[in-house]
Amino acid sequence: MKSPIKKVYELYKNRAFEKKAREDMIGHAGVHFTWPLAGKSAGAEKAEKAEAKADTKAEGEKSSGRSLPAVMIPSSFITCRSCGRRALRRRWEENCFICPTCGKYAPLGGYYRLKLILDPGSFEELDHDITAEDPLGFPGYKEKIEKQEEKTGLSESVISAVGTIEGIRLVTVVLDSRFFMGSMSRAVGEKVTRAVEYADAHHLPLLIFSASGGARMQEGIYSLMQMAKTSAAIETFSEHGGLYISFLTHPTTGGVTASFATLGDITLAEPGALIGFAGPRVIEQTINRKLPKGFQRAEYLENHGFVDRIVKRSEMRDVLTDILKLHVDSGVRPGAVTTREVNA
Amino acid sequence: MIKDIIEQAEALEQRIHTLSLTKEEMEANAEEIRRLDQERTQLLAQCADLSAADRVYLARHPKRPHIDDFIEHLFTDFFEQKGDHLYDEDASIYGGIARYKGMPVTVLGHRKGRTMEENIRYNFGMPRPEGYRKALRLMEQAEKFGRPIITFVDTPGAYPGMEAEEHGQAEAIARNLAAMSSLHVPVIAVVTGEGNSGGALAISVANQILMLENAVYSVLSPEGFASILWRDASRHEEACEVMKLTARDLREAGVADHLIPEPLGGAQTDPERLYASLDIVLEKSLNDLLKLSPEEVRKQRQEKYRNI
Repeated sequence: MKSPIKKVYELYKNRAFEKKAREDMIGHAGVHFTWPLAGKSAGAEKAEKAEAKADTKAEGEKSSGRSLPAVMIPSSFITCRSCGRRALRRRWEENCFICPTCGKYAPLGGYYRLKLILDPGSFEELDHDITAEDPLGFPGYKEKIEKQEEKTGLSESVISAVGTIEGIRLVTVVLDSRFFMGSMSRAVGEKVTRAVEYADAHHLPLLIFSASGGARMQEGIYSLMQMAKTSAAIETFSEHGGLYISFLTHPTTGGVTASFATLGDITLAEPGALIGFAGPRVIEQTINRKLPKGFQRAEYLENHGFVDRIVKRSEMRDVLTDILKLHVDSGVRPGAVTTREVNA
Repeated sequence: MIKDIIEQAEALEQRIHTLSLTKEEMEANAEEIRRLDQERTQLLAQCADLSAADRVYLARHPKRPHIDDFIEHLFTDFFEQKGDHLYDEDASIYGGIARYKGMPVTVLGHRKGRTMEENIRYNFGMPRPEGYRKALRLMEQAEKFGRPIITFVDTPGAYPGMEAEEHGQAEAIARNLAAMSSLHVPVIAVVTGEGNSGGALAISVANQILMLENAVYSVLSPEGFASILWRDASRHEEACEVMKLTARDLREAGVADHLIPEPLGGAQTDPERLYASLDIVLEKSLNDLLKLSPEEVRKQRQEKYRNI
């Protein structure tokens, strides 16, 4: 029996999550809009910027020097970046942001993706306070981070959380390709490693959605070392009998592919996702000829033996449930996936 | 630019060499030789203070000692092991069993080759997945027989080719990283030239990383870095400065543990001296690590990377 206070708290917590998920969804229309970042270390400068924007958008109301949430009306049509056709926003939403006309997968925001797969009310974010730093003192990097934060409302390109799918508790990590192309920075490596360690300590299964353009160049060698750090964490987790499901989404390349993304016990991929180590342009320059159609796409990797199954967005939750249940019920080696949560 | 200095010094050395082909000639030209030698020393003295771009140039110098030289001068009884025993042999990774101070060790590393013919055969030191799987095979054997592992890193990066992708370049590197992190035998990586991207990291997850003074280790080649960030590969010299890729920067970052001093003007000017100084540091590092128990060795390595 949950205490009423806990219930209210959970309701409140879930509301914040739902709001973030909705923001992610809205971002798809390409409508640039800044939610007021109240409470979120929003410096005076940033608040000013938000104000300036609110001013131009909808005659911003102001009180006590802080911008108020302007009324947000997202465009009711979304244009597909692949085929250029427009369709109703509602149709896109029903279709999990797959183009209703051509079937092309549009990128999903991290929170929205979690909302699609997790049980309502189960979302619990981990390490929200770890944000991008500037270890090398790279010129112009800090400004860039701020720009990305403003654009996406995220503080790093990764979200880690604990939640349940059909009552089975698990740790999920989502890389969000909208923030710096999901590139691996020191903060990303740290958050992923901590999530793996959390899963290890609590004997929970681990699910990582990868989407990355590779290493964060501005962090140099620190970025490279995150590959070793995350891989080591996964290896320890795996030795202790933990289940790791790696879900590759568009695009997964570079350092992320060459570390934790390809170390899954089960590797799933989204249709049409670009997955590889070197980018297609670099390969074409190296071998001096055109690459075949579909090269490095999820289907190609499945045919070459690196992906267990290609999972459509609509069946994502069902497939994950099946896999988790198979591991719960197998139980030859207890400890990997707890059955406690299921029975309860 | 250091390139001109090094080239002039090399030209002088060549002249000294031609003047001293036989003993008689050497005696006859003693005065001239001494003068040239002095000139050369003066030239090299200018190399005391190097920029990052200079070090990248030296790290890639074709006459720089390579893995075969290190094996020849520091190890005995080398037995080469070939192939990943799964699919193919990748010559860009060179390795096998050898004795270091009488102790059997597994030694492996990137091989670039010296002549154009060798370069092509070894793919300019850019391994394919088969190379990484071969390295993994050697390292797993080392783990089985309790042999310490010493790796030599010198690569422009993993090979970005079509077959390499098809055969799972990323997966091969990831497996290496994971497997190396859990080894119970001491692993020492020596960065001898350039170590770029995952291609270098895949054989350098080590307890201790030794770097030659002019070696560089970075997330990507300066050319690639410049073309990704600024869409202009010709700005690579500028990239060198901001990337913090020199041995000193890496020691500050806590990645490199020891620096091995090089003779003035780079390792190629006096390789014998380099072998001697590398030998001292390598022996000390190995002795330090051998004092730890297998569990401690593993833990020390994992902590080193956990804290970066």
